[in-house]
Amino acid sequence: MTLTKSATAAPLTNSLTAGKLPRRTSLVVLLSSWLVTGAFFFVLMLSGATEGFNGVATLFFGTIVYCVAIYLLSYFVEGVRKAKDRLVTALVTVAFVVALLPLFSLVITTLVNGLPAFLTPSFFTQSQRNVVGEGGGALHAVIGTLMITGIATLISVPIGLLSAIYLTEYGRGRLARAITFFVDVMTGIPSIVAGLFAFALFSLLFNDPGIRFGFGGAVALTVLMIPVVVRSSEEMLKLVPNELREAAYALGVPKWLTILKVVLPTSLAGIVTGIMISISRVIGETAPLLIISGFTASMNYDLFNERMMTLPVFVYTQYANQGADTQAYLDRAWAGALTLILIVMLLNLGARIIARIFSPKLGR
Amino acid sequence: MTTALERPSLKAKERPGDRIFSTSTIVAGGLILAILAAVAVFLLVQSLPAFIADPEEFKGDATNFWQYVWPLAFGTLWSAFLALIMAVPVAIGIALFISHYAPRKLAQGLGYLIDLLAAVPSVVFGLWGIGVLAPLVQPFYTNLVEWFGWFPLFAGPVSGTGRTTLTVAIVLAVMILPIITALSREIFLQTPVLYEEASLALGATRWEMITMAVLPFGRAGIISASMLGLGRALGETMAVAMVLSPSRDVIFQLLTSQNPTTIAANIALNFPEANGVGVNILLATGLILFVITLVVNMIARVIINRRKAFSGAN
Repeated sequence: MTLTKSATAAPLTNSLTAGKLPRRTSLVVLLSSWLVTGAFFFVLMLSGATEGFNGVATLFFGTIVYCVAIYLLSYFVEGVRKAKDRLVTALVTVAFVVALLPLFSLVITTLVNGLPAFLTPSFFTQSQRNVVGEGGGALHAVIGTLMITGIATLISVPIGLLSAIYLTEYGRGRLARAITFFVDVMTGIPSIVAGLFAFALFSLLFNDPGIRFGFGGAVALTVLMIPVVVRSSEEMLKLVPNELREAAYALGVPKWLTILKVVLPTSLAGIVTGIMISISRVIGETAPLLIISGFTASMNYDLFNERMMTLPVFVYTQYANQGADTQAYLDRAWAGALTLILIVMLLNLGARIIARIFSPKLGR
Repeated sequence: MTTALERPSLKAKERPGDRIFSTSTIVAGGLILAILAAVAVFLLVQSLPAFIADPEEFKGDATNFWQYVWPLAFGTLWSAFLALIMAVPVAIGIALFISHYAPRKLAQGLGYLIDLLAAVPSVVFGLWGIGVLAPLVQPFYTNLVEWFGWFPLFAGPVSGTGRTTLTVAIVLAVMILPIITALSREIFLQTPVLYEEASLALGATRWEMITMAVLPFGRAGIISASMLGLGRALGETMAVAMVLSPSRDVIFQLLTSQNPTTIAANIALNFPEANGVGVNILLATGLILFVITLVVNMIARVIINRRKAFSGAN
């Protein structure tokens, strides 16, 4: 009897929501703390202490005020445990936003600074040969980047893919474990060390202490690219259901044909995605190419002879060796950076789209 | 008819195609190990002359190789360490946000957004650091030195350009954020859902659930992710080479115009003009860098692999 009595007698305070802040509290507190700090900086502006309205500081200090306010409010209404939870939620969200700030800042600056030179028609039709000051373009660098990255892809994809096949289909025991471990370790090799390796190798081979040529750059990029290709292809090959392999074996298909005709086609989309992402990783590498491919102002279609310009090195040299007309060099550097970012983003986007469209339907 | 009576052998027939294919995969796998070994061997062979080089060959006041490489190694470790201190808390925050706080539908897209940060070439980070970040933070540095100059790290005189160790550390922190985030996010997502639900059912708040279930489970993962990030920061070249105004001193001050440069940046800046033994000296510093990063990465991988053995995910 007492149970029903208390249940009916207490409709005034809902035990599920009592002692809790209303649902939209955090939003309201956030907006009002921004408003308060905004008002504070507005007064500062009117009094002449600051020139103009300080929007960045408003958001910054407003967010701090929010963290303090929501903690205190929750502390007194909901208790210390809830208060801590709300504070952490705020901090975690702030961490995410803080990480996005450099990304946006970087993209916007590159767009603003790079577009003028990027849009001049000569940028993709001319090299820097005999150009002093304004004009000229980055055609030699674009061609060099495409050739070197292309060769690096041609070398590292077969090696990487075959190793991934070995690890998923054949590899047992010590060799497989060693390869897995050292592939992981290889992903951490600094890019400049790869460049130094290519230089050490070829200067010994050709006995030329000042060797610079495009193919060496491709070798350096290969060292950086192989582990990425192995890792991503391995992940994709592991996703292929074992039933497919067993069905093929049951039909009497040899193992190597099973791999070629069943396993690879099933995971092809994922592998292509991985390869595109690995290309986007190495296409922006500067340091190894600076060391082994060097820089030049002229076109060079010969991978095995003479220095070869690439886009990242182009950006660096335009920045580092500014001539008399500083602005022209800076403009070209930013335009080169914009081109690089566009290539990388397109590769990433294309990879995601391929993965989305062609990924095998596993029926889960 | 006699063939039908023979017992079929249980061993699959060895076809030439099979043998060729499996051999080629083994060769490819072995080639990877060979490449890694070749990196070590060729660097070592080419850097031998540096260890016995004439004292005059070294730039600055160094008289032997170890004196030459010590300030560079210090600068490398110092800036990478600072970057790590800044990046790890933020990265853990982002990873938690994506794995446990963000709306489920948005989470994957937000993850891509962070991954995009990893795709930006380092030379672009260098341009951004010097063109945007350094001028932006310079006034703060002036204030910092004015107000907190008594604190040894912030001692003056302040750099007029903002191209200091701290700026470099910030740029490096931004660059290693994505890798730490990606790895810790993966580990956090592997936390057994039962643990999380159990602690929530006991009345824990979301933060208590994270401290009790997610973080203890992911501790080893966070450590190894940080070490991989450290490896990245140690080897980062162009951003440091472009942003820092370098010197060869062992100093801890963050905001002055005297900044210890890093091994990688030193190579990138001096290699194009180096000749003779100078090239070998730079190669030898590269070897030191290779060894440092190799050790850091191997420790990280060992921790990850040990973790794998008893994680609930597999």
